Formats: sequence, C-alpha cells, structure tokens
Amino acid sequence: MSSTDGKNTNNDREETMSQVTGKQSRAIQDPSTIKQPVATHSLSDVASARRAKFGQPTNGSTGLEAKGVHAWFGKKHVLEDISLDFYTGTVNALIGPSGCGKSTFIRILNRMHEFIPTASLAGQVLLDGKDVYESGVDVTKIRLRVGMVFQKPNPFPSMTIRENVLSGLKLAQIKIENSDELLESCLRRAGLWDEVKDRLSEYGGALSGGQQQRLCIARSLAVNPQVLLMDEPCSALDPGSTLRIEETIRELSSSMSIVIVTHNMQQAARVSDYTSFFLSDGGPGRLIESGTTAEIFTNPKQKRTEDYVSGKFG
Amino acid sequence: MSQTLLVAKPNRPWKLTPKQVLPDLLGAVFTVASTLLIVALSPLKGKLGFAITLIFMAILTATAVSWIRRDRKAAMNSTTTVLVYIAAAFVILPLISVLYEIVRLGSVGFSLGIFTDDMAETSSESPLTEGGLLHAVIGTAYIVTFATLLATPIGILTALYIVEVKGRFAGLVRFFVQAMSGVPSIVAGLFIFAVWMIQLGNAYSGIAGAFALTVLMIPTVARTSEEVLKLIPQDLREAGLALGATQWRTVAMVVVPAARSGLITAVILGVARVVGETAPLLLTVGGADAINLNPTQGNMSAFPYYVWKNLLIGNENSISRAWLGVFVLMILVLIIFTLARYLSTSRGVKK
Repeated sequence: MSSTDGKNTNNDREETMSQVTGKQSRAIQDPSTIKQPVATHSLSDVASARRAKFGQPTNGSTGLEAKGVHAWFGKKHVLEDISLDFYTGTVNALIGPSGCGKSTFIRILNRMHEFIPTASLAGQVLLDGKDVYESGVDVTKIRLRVGMVFQKPNPFPSMTIRENVLSGLKLAQIKIENSDELLESCLRRAGLWDEVKDRLSEYGGALSGGQQQRLCIARSLAVNPQVLLMDEPCSALDPGSTLRIEETIRELSSSMSIVIVTHNMQQAARVSDYTSFFLSDGGPGRLIESGTTAEIFTNPKQKRTEDYVSGKFG
Repeated sequence: MSQTLLVAKPNRPWKLTPKQVLPDLLGAVFTVASTLLIVALSPLKGKLGFAITLIFMAILTATAVSWIRRDRKAAMNSTTTVLVYIAAAFVILPLISVLYEIVRLGSVGFSLGIFTDDMAETSSESPLTEGGLLHAVIGTAYIVTFATLLATPIGILTALYIVEVKGRFAGLVRFFVQAMSGVPSIVAGLFIFAVWMIQLGNAYSGIAGAFALTVLMIPTVARTSEEVLKLIPQDLREAGLALGATQWRTVAMVVVPAARSGLITAVILGVARVVGETAPLLLTVGGADAINLNPTQGNMSAFPYYVWKNLLIGNENSISRAWLGVFVLMILVLIIFTLARYLSTSRGVKK
C-alpha cells in the first residue's frame, strides 16, 4: 500500500499494520484484537501486541543517528552523551519525566536548538551518514528532510487551511505541478481530509485543537520529510483527537521514521517500535535505557526504567 | 393532578432588581442634593467649586453606602470604582468638549465649495462663501503621503531588525528610536532645514516637509511595530523555520501577515502623529495661499499651516476659516482611518 492513498477505513489501516508488522495475520482477521489491549490490558500487553519492526536500513538509508550528543544552555549541562539510532520506517518514543532534556534532544535533531541564544552542543547528528552540524551544510535543507510537529498546534493564522498545508512549499520555495493532489494526499495522510474537504478556504484557526494539530502534521508532510519529529503532539488534545493522531502516526511510519516525545506511557506503548528512557537526577539528562518498546515495557534492564514505566515515580 | 412540566426559560439571575438598585439611586440623588446644599451654604462657588464638591461627595456617599450595606471590603471596592469613573470622565469630558467646539465653530463655513477653491485671490476678510482650502487639502495629501511612503518601510524594517534579526546593534537602535520619539517636532523641521535646505541648497518644497514629517513618524511606526511583532508567538516562527524556510521567508510569509492588522495600526498612529504638525512645515514647506501641484518645488500649504495663518490674521472671518480647517482635517483623518481599519480586517474573519 502506498502512503499517499490512505483512506481512513479500518481495513486500510490494518493492511498497513500487516505490512508493518508482517506477522499479525490473526490479529488482522479480528479487528477487536488490535484495539482491545488499549482499553483493558496492562502496558506491557499493549507494547507486546504491537510487535516492533526490527529496523533494517532500507533503500541504502541509515536513517537518523545521534552520536555522543551533549547540550548546554549557558553553563548548564542539560544533556549528556546521548547516542541513539533511529531506523528508517520506525516509530521511536522518547519518554522520561519533565526537564530531562527530551525536547532539547529532538530540537537538536533538526537544528532548532540553535535558536536559543545561550545554547551550545557537542557530538554529531548523522542524517544518512552525514553530520547535520558540519560547517557548510544548508540548514534549511536539513529542516526540509527532518520535519517537526510542535506541542501546541500552531497553524499559521493568516493562512487558510489550504494555504497552511502548502505553506512548506511556498516557504521553502519549491515549485510543484499538481498542488491539489498534494493537498488532498497530505490531508488524507494526516487523517483530516474528510473533516475539512469542504472548508479548505477557511482559516486554520477555525478548526478545533485536534484538527489544528492534524493540520500541522499535514503541513509538515507536504514537504515530504524523511524523519518527522513530534514534541508531545497530543498533550493538548482530547482522547479522541489523540487516537486519530496515533492512527496517523502508524500510517506514516511506513514511509518515514518518526521520533515522538510523549509523557503518556500508554501512547508510547501503543504507537512506538522503539522506546528510549531519559532521566535527569538533578544534573544533565541521560539516556538510561533504549530498546524495543516491548522490551522496555515488559522486561526493562534497568530498575529506574521499570519504576518509571510502572508509575512508581516520575 | 396535572404534572408540572419544567420549561426552561432564559433568565438572568445576576441582573439587579429594582430593590437592589434603589440604594445606589438614592445615593446618587443624595450626592447631587448635598453638593448643591454645600455649594449654596459654603464659600465654594462657581463651576470648579461645584465639581470638586461633587467628586468629594460621590466618593464619600458611595463608600458610606457600601460600608453600611456590606462591609469594609465592599466600601474599598466602591471607592476605587468611583475613582475610576472620575478618571474616565476627566479624559472623556475635555475630548467631547473639544470635539463639540470644533464642530460648532468649524461647521459655520462648511460648504462643498471650499473643496474647489484656494485662497490665492480671496482676501482674508471676504465672506466664508468665497475662497476655499483645496490648497491645504492638496498640500497635506502630498506631504503626508510622501512621509508615510518613506516612514512606513523604514519604521517597520527597523522594528524587524530589533525583533526578528536581533542584530548586534538592536539595543542601540531601540535606544535611538526611543530617543527620537521624544524629539520636539520643530527640531525635526530644523534638521531638514539645516541639512536639506541650507547645506544642500534646496528651496521650500513639499518634499522637504515630507522629509521632516518622516523624521517624526519613524519612531512612532517603529516602536508600535516592535510591540506588535513581539506579540507574535515564537511558535509560529519556529513552525516556519522547521518547514525549511529561511528567516526572510518566515518573516515575510508568516510573521508579517500574522501581525498585519497591528502593523496597519502602527502606520495609522504614525500618520496621526504627524498630520497636525505645524512647526516643521513652517520651516520646510513655507506655506502658500495658492494651489501648488508640484511637491518637488515651491511653497505649499497644508492644514496646520492654513489654520495657523488664519488664526494669526485674526479677523472674524479668518478665525472662522481656522476652525473650518480643523474641522475638515478632522473629518478627512476620520475617513482615512476608518478606511484603513476596514481594509485591514476585511480579509476574512480571524480566529
């Protein structure tokens, strides 16, 4: 199934899932087995139900890789020696208590970190094997390939829904032949098409919070990124909108890698293939443990990870 | 028994009942009555004495009524409420009085004929039906339009430098802009007079006046734009940049459109700042009684000059003309501002 025709019916989604997971032929026959764990079972069940794709570098792409990343704000050391590999076509959740540097970390991945005047960093971020912080790299091209969805929905207030979706092309000065087709495919992939197809010339601010967030996702899809960073994309949304966005994330994961910061354990267990646990003990944030989501939620190696995912602290 | 059906009726339970309003009403009556009594009995005479006593009694009555009916907190609340109303009255009353005087005295000479003639061949003593102020309309239109065309881009770009570029000299530029906004208008006129006219050897012209007004207008436009741009959430800038846009594209396509209505307000405030300036124009434009269609050469008139000159002549008709000038300028400015406001919000409903 190609990523652009995503009609939001259950069947289609399950097809995507089957492609993604490969081995869930039973679950597919009975749709309830996919949704059931979400409501009733423990996190570890949820996590195991969604079997990880063991990421293999596809199409010669090694995806995104952070190597020994440190970060500072002024003199304050906020991230220490983070090395993480994000394989193409996987969903990667970053979990951890507030202030442990998750957001700082994903902002480092698409070079948004440098907008904070006191910020500095060390280490490498490799996109397809090339360091994005190398001198001479065109930072706008990096951000085109590594898109970002923010915590608060932030559609451009002066633009209509249509203009919002296509704004990335205009902003980056990319010419395109068939913008209507792209508009529809982006909105479909973000799961918003049916709700807005008759009101494309309304302002983006007229939508509800959840719709606005999906509009922002559609906006970042229009420039066809290779990696999508999501900084707590559902923290301001109701459960219904959250579910829609999680479906969207699953659909997208077949065509790009996704890094999602979340405070919602359930969400991490539901959508991600890999989970990384960050923690700061007053000092800089460290990567405590990283592994497949099933591993982290069922059989974590570290005591602190277990305490966190089971809700004993944090 | 019939079942009682509860039909919901829209109601406003918070609305004050007549009984609740009564003490306030009585308080107001008491205030006025006691004021009249005090003025009659005491040596406090005249309008000023009346006003002072009224304010004093209003505060006293409101506080006392609240204290008796409720408690000390309510009394404090009433005191501040009355003080706020008095402050508002201090702003509104002079304004209304000024507007009333302008309309009363200015509308005397008003006819459509004044928009078709100048004062070149009319004596200052001739009746108001003769002559007109077309030369002032044209002069002000030229000078203010040129000043706006110059000051708007400079002012907004200055604000963008301070807020968006945040360059090394942003603090210094902001300091100079603030300092400039405190410069007396005649200094702006003298500056252009000294540099443009004496040093560079140019004569009186509309364009020189526009330069002087530009100097005055830039700080207003820049400071207001700066405040408006600061209100645009950082989120939007980051969203633009995260889509792979350069800073210039983000500013031009995201930040400025989002701030559009506020930026138009900035320009309107700038125009309001300069449209009534007399002193800089006296030094740079010189003033005239005849229409001058060439802004690059020769003396010109303008509304402030027209008012100033007619006031100086000082006979009955010329003073009427001065008021007429103020009246027409006020109406024209009102029309232009309403139009600008309408155009700035006409593109769809935001929210």
